[in-house]
Amino acid sequence: MHAMVIDDSRAMRLILKRIAGQLGFEVSEAANGKEALDLLAAADNPPELALVDWNMPEMNGLEFVTAVRADPRYRGITLMMVTTEGEQSQIVRALAAGAHEYVIKPFTPDAIVEKLALLGLVPNGAVA
Amino acid sequence: MSLTAQEFAYISGLVRRDSAIVLDTGKEYLVEARLLPLARQSGLPSVSEFVSRAQQRPEPDLHRKIVDALTTNETSWFRDGEPFAALATTIVPDLMARRTGARNLRIWSAACSSGQEPYTISMVLGDIVPAAWNYEIVATDISTEMLTRAEAGCYSQLEVNRGLPANMLVRHFERDGANWRVSPALRKPITFKRMNLAAPLPVLPQFDVIFLRNVLIYFDVETKRSVLQRVSSLLRPDGWLFLGAAETTLGIDDRFERVPAGRTSAYRLRDGKNTAPTGAQEKG
Repeated sequence: MHAMVIDDSRAMRLILKRIAGQLGFEVSEAANGKEALDLLAAADNPPELALVDWNMPEMNGLEFVTAVRADPRYRGITLMMVTTEGEQSQIVRALAAGAHEYVIKPFTPDAIVEKLALLGLVPNGAVA
Repeated sequence: MSLTAQEFAYISGLVRRDSAIVLDTGKEYLVEARLLPLARQSGLPSVSEFVSRAQQRPEPDLHRKIVDALTTNETSWFRDGEPFAALATTIVPDLMARRTGARNLRIWSAACSSGQEPYTISMVLGDIVPAAWNYEIVATDISTEMLTRAEAGCYSQLEVNRGLPANMLVRHFERDGANWRVSPALRKPITFKRMNLAAPLPVLPQFDVIFLRNVLIYFDVETKRSVLQRVSSLLRPDGWLFLGAAETTLGIDDRFERVPAGRTSAYRLRDGKNTAPTGAQEKG
């Protein structure tokens, strides 16, 4: 399984890479939505999972989610927002744009694991 | 011995690196309280010495225990997933077929802690029980402090991140400053009561489903037996009992049999009979 971590913070990418890596994902990373779309276009197979920050330069996470959902080639990607944006209206917007799940920073590793279990990407009780 | 600034900085750095959670200066008390059990397990007299050892011998397993101790006190929503899926797909439909006259379902969350379990049950039932039916959820815990928290229904950002689907968060919660508060509709079917499962229980109408999860693990076999006996006296003969994934009635109370429930398993009274077990009479 392949996961893509999309966040403009290198420290956050490292944290999410570590968690996803411990869950058995092969992890690639991008610093913004545009870079992530370029990586997707160049990849032979799209990842099963993308962990997407909201506020990033060039292309933000919501724009990325919208672009991915509009492209049938990327139908199989599960999109999970991982962001400091915690207003109810923002969560509703992200879900309406096509995000499958939403985690608000700060989070514990368990929070990521449990959300991935909800999405069926890791078994219940998995540990990162 | 209190933590030195350097020791606190080491622990907060570790937690920040592994979980992105920031422990600001002033949270020394939290570190001391959460790490004291680990220090004792390691045979060390103080948290300070425990942290010194962790610094001198940085072992990944020990680091994980430290981070867990400082980050995972929250119980999660939809914990273990499958029991709630089974409730929706198997158990409630089964009960609704049997209760067409009364049109009433009673569920007990028998160690509700800070309330995630009864509110999760309320979310599940709210989605599947028709409006013409009534359902009640009784949530009990031995800790008054936990019950107060559960009843308040107010959860931190870290807590709502734990296993709660985002669509459920926006449907059933409202922002309350930095926290999230459950909606009145989610709260309405739940009654909170203090109850000690290791003592004689009050007289209550029997329940259709009992969640007694991750409780028995804390007891010896005799206490498990007496808790199961008390709890099961409040289970309807054709009701369902959920235990934690690491718990069983096997070898403790043979009136129960393990049965499939959706993609997991639950316990039911053999032959639908609720009789006192042999050799395990309640002494009060």
